[in-house]
Amino acid sequence: MSTPVEQEKSQPESIGSELFAEDKPWQTIVWNDPVNLMSYVTYVFQKLFGFSREQATKLMLDVHHKGRAIVSSGSKDKCEADVAKLHAAGLWATMQHES
Amino acid sequence: MIPWERVGDSVTTKMDRQEAAVLRGLIGQIGEMLKSRQDASPQDELAELTGIRTGPTTAPDDPILSRLLPDFHRLDGDEPVTDADQDSAAALRSLHEPDLLDLKTGVAAVVLETCPANGGLVKLSLEQADAWLSAVNDVRLALGTTLGVTEDMPDELPDDDPRARSLGVYHWLTWLQESLIAALAGDEL
Repeated sequence: MSTPVEQEKSQPESIGSELFAEDKPWQTIVWNDPVNLMSYVTYVFQKLFGFSREQATKLMLDVHHKGRAIVSSGSKDKCEADVAKLHAAGLWATMQHES
Repeated sequence: MIPWERVGDSVTTKMDRQEAAVLRGLIGQIGEMLKSRQDASPQDELAELTGIRTGPTTAPDDPILSRLLPDFHRLDGDEPVTDADQDSAAALRSLHEPDLLDLKTGVAAVVLETCPANGGLVKLSLEQADAWLSAVNDVRLALGTTLGVTEDMPDELPDDDPRARSLGVYHWLTWLQESLIAALAGDEL
């Protein structure tokens, strides 16, 4: 459970007019909410992303104190799948282009 | 109810009859809400032919369902929302919501199957325990939405406050969830 997740490199997904837009990596954001427990958010981060407890706790505290944290980045498909998994766990997650 | 305990590859607790009834009742209510959203999904011939299901493109009006089925993009934040964001959020909801509804009704069904109606011993595999965590969390999200829970919610409300009983249930479910996480995380993580 405590294997750190490998950093994904962004890859352009298609070649053509969309190249530059597609080249910009996406980010998965988890937002703070008053219901989800700190222990549960940490547990979900470990379970879904394979973070160590330390990594998961640090991200959870970022969500708690800063209101949001970037929990993954990469292709649109990857972030879409990550947001879907976080929604299944009941976390408030969205995705956006890296700015 | 006693705290969850991890024994090998399972976790156990004991619940009394009333606790089991409250939990099963709430899980059942959320399940019904999710099912009504499922039933409202658009049906079309293409979906039946291809097996690719499409869900609604807009968020539910109901605040509880809306919290359980969030948008894929932030549409209510400080940043201006572009038409592209709106279109993408609609497309992603339509694509993913049917699966999300299946997952949420699925974990609710696991709780109803494994929580004895009259209370007593509850014994879960680790997989079932994860289903309980998700399902109980969905109930807490629903109650939290109804109660307007904030970070500094008091432990108790005055007895004459109509929300007092629901808040008691909310705090009990918080305890249940914390205890289950502690039992799971203690050995596994």
